Amino acid sequence: MNSQLINYTLHLADTTLILSQRNSEWCGHGPVLEQDIAITNISLDLLGQSRNFYQYAAQLIGDTDENKLAYLRKEREFKNLLLVEQANGDWGQTILRQYLFSQFQYLLFEQLQNGNDEQLAAIAAKSIKETAYHVRWSSEWVIRLGDGTEESRSRMINAVDELWRYTGEMFLPAEYETLVDVSLLEKKWLDKVKEIFNEATLTVPENTFMQSGGKEGRHTEQLGFILTELQYMQRTYPGAEW
Amino acid sequence: MPVQDFEQLFQQKIDAEDKIEPKDWMPEAYRKTNIRQISQHAHSEIVGMLPEGNWISRAPSLKRKAILIAKVQDEAGHGLYLYSAAETLGMSRDEMINDLHSGKAKYSSIFNYPSLTWADMGAIGWLVDGAAILNQVMLCRTSYGPYARAMVRICKEESFHQRQGFETLLVLSRGTDEQKAMCQDSINRWWWPSLMMFGPKDSESTNSDQSMKWKIKRKTNDELRQNFIDMIAEQIKVLGMTLPDEKLKWNEEKKHYDFGEINWDEFWAVVKGNGPCNKQRLAARRKAHEEGQWVREAAMAFAEKRKLKTKAA
Repeated sequence: MNSQLINYTLHLADTTLILSQRNSEWCGHGPVLEQDIAITNISLDLLGQSRNFYQYAAQLIGDTDENKLAYLRKEREFKNLLLVEQANGDWGQTILRQYLFSQFQYLLFEQLQNGNDEQLAAIAAKSIKETAYHVRWSSEWVIRLGDGTEESRSRMINAVDELWRYTGEMFLPAEYETLVDVSLLEKKWLDKVKEIFNEATLTVPENTFMQSGGKEGRHTEQLGFILTELQYMQRTYPGAEW
Repeated sequence: MPVQDFEQLFQQKIDAEDKIEPKDWMPEAYRKTNIRQISQHAHSEIVGMLPEGNWISRAPSLKRKAILIAKVQDEAGHGLYLYSAAETLGMSRDEMINDLHSGKAKYSSIFNYPSLTWADMGAIGWLVDGAAILNQVMLCRTSYGPYARAMVRICKEESFHQRQGFETLLVLSRGTDEQKAMCQDSINRWWWPSLMMFGPKDSESTNSDQSMKWKIKRKTNDELRQNFIDMIAEQIKVLGMTLPDEKLKWNEEKKHYDFGEINWDEFWAVVKGNGPCNKQRLAARRKAHEEGQWVREAAMAFAEKRKLKTKAA
């Protein structure tokens, strides 16, 4: 039971950390100042969530800490969703990735905050307010770009094509994922996404082959590069305090 | 009323320490100087995000990462207030940004230096923000109201950044030999450029006299630079590091530190575009702007569509 809880907590931590890392690449490079601030803010929220999860995992594991877990585990040990490690691409791809994830994360936290694990419930209850904002912000952008200009619409269609194949994994329970039955969230998620896509004049793809494996540490080629950068300092100066 | 009378009234107001507000009459040169200075300040905040943003992905701990992200985000916020303050003088943000990208408008030269190691995140906070604060504390009392008010908010955050920068270096200074060396190296590289942030010597500064009279500036470049040196020369003792200036020495008579000659050739080279990163910084800003074009267009087109829909309904 304990190793299941540890792995699950690490899965939640890794997913939020990697998405935070990706979003933070926009800092200083956003399409307009207000949105640069918004995406950076989301990055910061996700980093905060990941720290809460890592700190809890560290407590469960014992004799480790948030930094060792984030900075000294390897590619095959990371359990994040494949969706969140995908490259930022253009602004459309970034906000679509955020929307698809946040919409899922909202439904997940709704369950988790009432779940059997007190600590995870507390983190979910605290984080869901942020997630509600992430859903609102990113869904508004999906609509705005989907129903904006011809160019923005075609970029959104590309983004859907690029990212949709990584959404199935969210609802495919890993062996350690017992606290919330994610398979039960899929219908609700899809209904919400359809609603937003509909307003955005976008179509939800059908019969897409879904990639999976992230939860078990089988990633896309992108993760190795993310970790190389993320972990550089801790690997170069082992044992140093910062 | 003849223009002379307006000018006289304007100067009386300034002398009485009243703030000048956007709708007040002001000499064209006062407006221009403020636009130039405030927009330059806004650009500095935005370009200044780049050398620090550079280390977000590699921050050495989760806590440091969070602090750094929050800090760089603060800079973006400062840019926003300052662009808004400058807009009250009649120039749009788009125009200001175009001037930055064309090279017509300047930004602080300090950001044309590269951030090479993690210690630079500390040195930038401590020295660069430290130098900026001295200037900004003075600007909280500048004569143009919207600028002064923006500065009050900014100063609070900047002094927090400076403490964070110092604390980052303090940890390094008490760390491993490699960390200590990284700390010293970073101070060595940032010291002289941060002294240059105060601008040319008073004897060579072209904008100073009128700006002092209009209370846009309230202290001269040399005065501010001396304040900074006096402050840092004390603080560095806590770090147990040294400043790279053999001539730096307390002068009991003047009650100030004496210091060595600044390399003004380097200063002018960087101002003229030949610093280590001038090209990269501007290129990064232009790229973000160009790649964001379709996003901004789409947002406008969408807003337009919504307006029509609401009208129709």
